[in-house]
Amino acid sequence: MSVLVYTESDNGKFKKNAFEAASYAYKLAEQLSTSVTTITINASDSEEIGTYGVSKILKVTNDKLSIFNAKAVATVIAQAVENEGASTIVVSSSTDTKYMASILAGLLKAGYCTNVVAPPLSTNPLVVKRTAFSNKGFAHTQFKTDINIIGVSSNAYGIFENKVSPEVENFEPNLTDSDFSVQSVNIDKVVGKATIADADIVVSGGRGLKGPENWGMIEELAEVLGAATACSKPVSDMGWRSHSEHVGQTGKPVASNLYIAIGISGAIQHLAGINASKVKVVINTDPEAPFFKAADYGIVGDAFEVVPELIEKLKEFKAQNA
Amino acid sequence: MKILVCISNVPDTTSKINFTEGDTKFDTNGVQFVINPNDEFGLTRAMWFKEKQGATIHVATVGGPAVEPTIRKALAIGADEAVRINAEPTDGLFVAQQLAEIIKTGAYDLIIAGRESIDYNGGMVPGMISAILNFNFINTCIGLEIEGNTATAIREIDGGKENISTTLPLIIGGQKGLVEESDLRIPNMRGIMMARQKKLNVLEPVETNHGTEDIKFEKPAAKGAVKLVEADNISHLIDLLHNEAKVI
Ligand SMILES: Cc1cc2nc3c(=O)[nH]c(=O)nc-3n(C[C@H](O)[C@H](O)[C@H](O)COP(=O)(O)OP(=O)(O)OC[C@H]3O[C@@H](n4cnc5c(N)ncnc54)[C@H](O)[C@@H]3O)c2cc1C
Ligand SMILES: Nc1ncnc2c1ncn2[C@@H]1O[C@H](COP(=O)(O)O)[C@@H](O)[C@H]1O
Repeated sequence: MSVLVYTESDNGKFKKNAFEAASYAYKLAEQLSTSVTTITINASDSEEIGTYGVSKILKVTNDKLSIFNAKAVATVIAQAVENEGASTIVVSSSTDTKYMASILAGLLKAGYCTNVVAPPLSTNPLVVKRTAFSNKGFAHTQFKTDINIIGVSSNAYGIFENKVSPEVENFEPNLTDSDFSVQSVNIDKVVGKATIADADIVVSGGRGLKGPENWGMIEELAEVLGAATACSKPVSDMGWRSHSEHVGQTGKPVASNLYIAIGISGAIQHLAGINASKVKVVINTDPEAPFFKAADYGIVGDAFEVVPELIEKLKEFKAQNA
Repeated sequence: MKILVCISNVPDTTSKINFTEGDTKFDTNGVQFVINPNDEFGLTRAMWFKEKQGATIHVATVGGPAVEPTIRKALAIGADEAVRINAEPTDGLFVAQQLAEIIKTGAYDLIIAGRESIDYNGGMVPGMISAILNFNFINTCIGLEIEGNTATAIREIDGGKENISTTLPLIIGGQKGLVEESDLRIPNMRGIMMARQKKLNVLEPVETNHGTEDIKFEKPAAKGAVKLVEADNISHLIDLLHNEAKVI
């Protein structure tokens, strides 16, 4: 019985989280002495996923699924699970996949564990390590069901190559109108800009920046780094930045490789949401700001002097390392 | 319209997280419990449906007697009736099946749950309920309007928003945006007094399986001290990020 992994694509191209999920599934399959089968929906270059250890591809090509629909995708995967007799399913932590996987778990009455950060601690019984309490703790969670779903955290396990030549099989799901009863009317999405969910680097601004008119330098720093922009809660509450940029315990979680906090004090609710980031940098005038206790690198200084200088130096660095 | 708001009882966001009994239990000592923030936005949205469209609001929670102050607070804010399913909410699948049971018998049109509980961060209960009951489901919901049997909603997606249309019965996983922070309500004296008269039904759980079990907890490893870089030596920071941290 192989491990089944759902590998998400966007406009035909695999997302980074697909490679993470596949890499994790390969590690798990190794522990279980089995192989990895993936299900892909409308991925144009589906064989690419073989690079990450997938030996069989269930390829779904269906125009009705060109716009993501959580219920329909969950239905497709449930059918694949039944077809393959799969008992372990690996999914990523993107917003779309978490939405879909919660439905899938209900359809299959499967145990589902989200925010998993490491390969299983044991396979019989299956026990995984996950973050809980908004990154203030970890839980070792044991599955109690016959079918189990593991949701892998972003930027946690990593991407590993294990090249195989996968066998490709077309998979024809059986979808009805009722699978599409939640309909997308239109999507309003920033294109060509890194998003908080996908970005390797996130540049975040707080109340220390004094007002929305000062965000030019934050945008510019983000652009130089290819980073997404984010903000603290009061900044979005005051309408300086859009809600979609609010990160923290009650906002979006951040699990980037690098998080740069500018003019953010480091309140416990803020830190809880961004602590999963690997490396944290703080720029703050107040050496007593709690963020200095959570950060790896810090500059005690005025953002209005430090950030423009940082942008210049980074531009030089990028020019030299291009 | 009959609305059920699902409320999970969670440690206040400022709580220090500790574990007891050989790191197998969450230590509730000194912890203040509150309505899960995502559910508080949902409850406020439900109040608007009540005030503008004459909806009835019930609230439900799966938890032991200790969660009653939280559910009373929901009544004080304005919910009409509450139900507590008397069981420890040990995992998402268990909770979803318990809630599905009361939704089935209660003939609700709209179920408002949260995107996730901030304690165990499962993010799964509403989706599971939708599959069990074959209800329409919208997650990370940041806007919701209902006219007759039709719902129009906004969902947050990575990098933007999606406008959605669907029909009742519907369940949502809501979050901030459904209403704003400044719209949240603090129970007043009258609300607190009235809440004492309102019905709080206690039901025993139905027989269902469990999806998972937390067998042990760990605290994150202590962090090393921050490395400070002088404000006039920014190149040094770039050097550290490139050569030491290897993130740029
Ligand atoms: C239930 C609840 C949930 C919450 N959830 C979240 C959440 O999800 N996310 C979140 O962010 N917050 C959350 N909060 C709010 C949180 O408690 C803090 O109030 C908030 O994070 C503070 O934002 P800030 O750091 O931008 O502002 P402040 O705390 O005002 O900090 C501003 C910082 O900027 C520094 N500064 C000032 N001038 C400069 C300058 N020129 N250069 C550099 N630095 C400067 C100051 O020294 C200060 O440290 C929540 C609160 C509650 C009660
Ligand atoms: N014990 C519970 N009782 C009632 N509702 C709950 C409970 N646990 C979770 N929920 C609901 O499900 C949402 C998502 O929770 P979770 O899946 O635990 O992250 C919460 O915001 C609540 O609306």
